[in-house]
Amino acid sequence: MESAVGRSRIEELAGRALEVRRDVIRMTYTAGSGHPGGSLSVTDLVTALMFAELRIDPANPNWPDRDRLVLSKGHAAPALYSAMALRGFLPRDELLSLRRIGSRLQGHVDRNKLPGIEASTGCLGQGVGMAVGMALDGRLAGRSGRVYTIIGDGECQAGLTWEALMAGGHYRLDNLVVILDRNRFETDGATEDIMGIEPITDKFRAFRYETLDIDGHDLGAILAAFDHARATRGRPTAIVARTVKGKGVSFMENQFAYHGKPPTKTEAERALIELGTTL
Amino acid sequence: MAAARTESLRDAYGQTLVEIGRSDPGVVVLDADLSGSTRTALFGKQFPDRFFNVGVMEPTMMTMAAGLALGGRTVYASTFAIFAAGQAYNAVRQSICYNHANVKIVATHGGLLVGGDGGTHQMLEDVGLMRGLPGMSVIVPADGPTTRAATRAVAEFDGPAYIRLTRENLPTVTDGTFALGRAGELRGGSDLTLIAVGALVARALEVAEELHKVGVEARVLDFASIKPFDEKALLRAARDTGAILTLEEHTVLTGLGALVASTTSETYPVPIRRLGVPDVFGESGEPWALLDRFGLSKERALEEAWELLRMRGKVQ
Repeated sequence: MESAVGRSRIEELAGRALEVRRDVIRMTYTAGSGHPGGSLSVTDLVTALMFAELRIDPANPNWPDRDRLVLSKGHAAPALYSAMALRGFLPRDELLSLRRIGSRLQGHVDRNKLPGIEASTGCLGQGVGMAVGMALDGRLAGRSGRVYTIIGDGECQAGLTWEALMAGGHYRLDNLVVILDRNRFETDGATEDIMGIEPITDKFRAFRYETLDIDGHDLGAILAAFDHARATRGRPTAIVARTVKGKGVSFMENQFAYHGKPPTKTEAERALIELGTTL
Repeated sequence: MAAARTESLRDAYGQTLVEIGRSDPGVVVLDADLSGSTRTALFGKQFPDRFFNVGVMEPTMMTMAAGLALGGRTVYASTFAIFAAGQAYNAVRQSICYNHANVKIVATHGGLLVGGDGGTHQMLEDVGLMRGLPGMSVIVPADGPTTRAATRAVAEFDGPAYIRLTRENLPTVTDGTFALGRAGELRGGSDLTLIAVGALVARALEVAEELHKVGVEARVLDFASIKPFDEKALLRAARDTGAILTLEEHTVLTGLGALVASTTSETYPVPIRRLGVPDVFGESGEPWALLDRFGLSKERALEEAWELLRMRGKVQ
């Protein structure tokens, strides 16, 4: 049972997430390239992190005790940029510079260009290792900040991901949270058709993670999972977030074709109508 | 010449790491199940809380090193060159170099002198791979003193570095006054310049000594700092001596010879001979005999030197 306060908080987050989805469509359409499908699937997770979970300060992005987010699936950059803009890390009118020459908004996130980005990523499989390093660093330094990383499901085919997950479990990093955006699709099709990753929760458990299996679009469930992770001691947490690729735009949902393809003008207009606005 | 004192570069590295660990309590060291061979175990014994032996996961050692460094630490990561530059290449590229993480990769067992383990483990392409990465400094020490100095020097700046060490003990040929971006002139001369790195620096000095016996004075430059490198010393060598022989225990396609040839061709073209491993993999064998087998013998170097002198009209 959620309290009235809880409900209004969820409603506020849902409103933010809707804004992010609109931005994802506008940004990828304007850029003429990018990854709308995996940006829309991760939107609720990123929004919940940015507005309800991460202790961060847009005015002081390098604050040592901050929480850190590593977007290992760096191609979901549009969703993160939008949420960061809404949170005050960059002006919203900068969002449409995505992928343009000279832009701080690279196709894959770049920490040396945009303050607030913790780690440059893009080539898959490397984010968990960097997050493990950050979590070890925080523990050695006695800092309170926690480390979150979002990985994709195609990325779970990479041996590198499992190396790093093994290290996180070995070092019992309870300041580390690995969030899997389980939207079931990668560039060429369904993960289970290409190279199956299931049973994925069993794998995380076998790698010594406190493992949660949630609806990745249920903001209440997402917040509860974060609370659970924070209360977990002696091991890292893995949140398997079941999501829908292209979530929120009917003709993009569960269509792997929109993994790395932007909407056309007509598609962008249709998408934005579904999202309650116009181009 | 009296037999020079020889020393393990790996010991020099491991001992220096311990000293660095004492003076900087933030320094962290990683290894990938080769800490006895790389000598990082010396650090691990002294500072177990700041030492992470991650097992056989070299790419993840590099991504973890980046994550540790991004919080402000100096991080050293060690394994064999084949794994550091080969197995982990894209982790080094993206997580360390693209992020500009303050990670110092110290790779041991570079080159043919690995010996018996054979071609799979004899890394001959690492200098080329690493010097192609934006922001990466690349150092190939010739001896123990340079190894000590370089291990310290890389901690003095914020950014990635790659130090390549040799498995075999090497004779001490420098006074250890290493500086990033500066070539060491180990012998003066104006008839020819020998430019070498790593184990081949001592061989270059032997060649220069042989030439001296017949009245030819060769300048010998230790190019331990391959990136950044000493462009002025290279230009002076080309101008003063008019011919350059490079010596390296690395493929000639992408290493020191390629660097010297491409640079001088744009600044002051002179005849150049590149002594290095041709476009082939190594193989098992007694380490020093392998150098001869792959064309890096003193005799072969002398032949190349004479050829250059003939090309310059300095001898008949």
